[in-house]
Amino acid sequence: MARRSSPEINAGSMADIAFLLLIFFLVTTTMETDRGISRKLPPMQDEDVVPPIIRQKNIFTVIVSRDNQLLVEDQLMELKDLRQAAVEFLDNGGGVGEEACDYCQGPRDPQSSDNPDKAIISLVNDRKTEYGTYISVQNELVAAYNQLRNREANRLFNMDFTQMEANFNDVNWRGNKEQLKERIEQIKTMYPQKLSEAEPKN
Amino acid sequence: MSKFKKKKSGELPAVNTASLPDIVFMLLFFFMVATVMRQNTPLIQNTLPFADQVEKLDKKDLVMYIYAGKPLPRYQQTFGTEARIQLNDKFATVSEVQQFIYSEREAKREELIPYLTTALKVDVETNMGLVSDIKQELRKADALKINYTTRTGEVSKN
Repeated sequence: MARRSSPEINAGSMADIAFLLLIFFLVTTTMETDRGISRKLPPMQDEDVVPPIIRQKNIFTVIVSRDNQLLVEDQLMELKDLRQAAVEFLDNGGGVGEEACDYCQGPRDPQSSDNPDKAIISLVNDRKTEYGTYISVQNELVAAYNQLRNREANRLFNMDFTQMEANFNDVNWRGNKEQLKERIEQIKTMYPQKLSEAEPKN
Repeated sequence: MSKFKKKKSGELPAVNTASLPDIVFMLLFFFMVATVMRQNTPLIQNTLPFADQVEKLDKKDLVMYIYAGKPLPRYQQTFGTEARIQLNDKFATVSEVQQFIYSEREAKREELIPYLTTALKVDVETNMGLVSDIKQELRKADALKINYTTRTGEVSKN
């Protein structure tokens, strides 16, 4: 007996439909995740709060002029030297007695900062400064902090600080997150990021 | 004699394409899952600066974008060449930033609000005056977590 086969659906155009959709998603896809320098803005302050008195030697002033030149501690400086200068200032550890810093490896110059907890970097821009220069300066200053934090993290925990933070933010990382968080906090208290930005001058 | 002779056609057999849709569908699903739709059409020039101390900005739904830069050449007739702020798909002034932050917050679930980050996508050539004004507005709106979006590279390229 002849077997009657049911008529087949023509699936030849399926590929065309799928291709059409594929091309649509190909075009609309953006793969890259954004990267950038994360910062935290200071909250708005009441007018009547008296700013604490900070000794001049604990302040590292970086001024970016309107023609994108750097003035660091009243001296002209190239951008490439800024990182090293900031590291030297933060790591100076010139304090004595209670203000001494036992992990600093700097020159212990009494004219420079007492310890990393006291050291403040003050960044002043002009309104005409280019954004690109500002980001470069920010980047170098963050790099100075990261360099010191990495050094201490390597000494204490045999791991880069940046790696520790990356692991902490990684959902798939298998390890003791509680302990990692404590260690990150410990490094952060050793070298706290004290970067103050004044409102731009004209 | 002819019993053993195979039927032979002179042409090559056609390549079986039955699995082609499967392959295409596989690709399709990959791109469907990986797709994030573009949110804003840029109205401004937006060449980001370079930096190398960067952090990843994950969780796109928790990021508010503020663009700034010179208007694109085709908008310069109407909007001039001075750097401007772009919020969503239109030009805005500094005073509209606060309102923008509040309306973005409104759209998010309450428990996520503390994790909101503002990404500043600012053109390299913009003056810091505008950026400072934006930052000041963000402080007023209490949106303190910010991220200067950059490209990854040496700062000497800026």
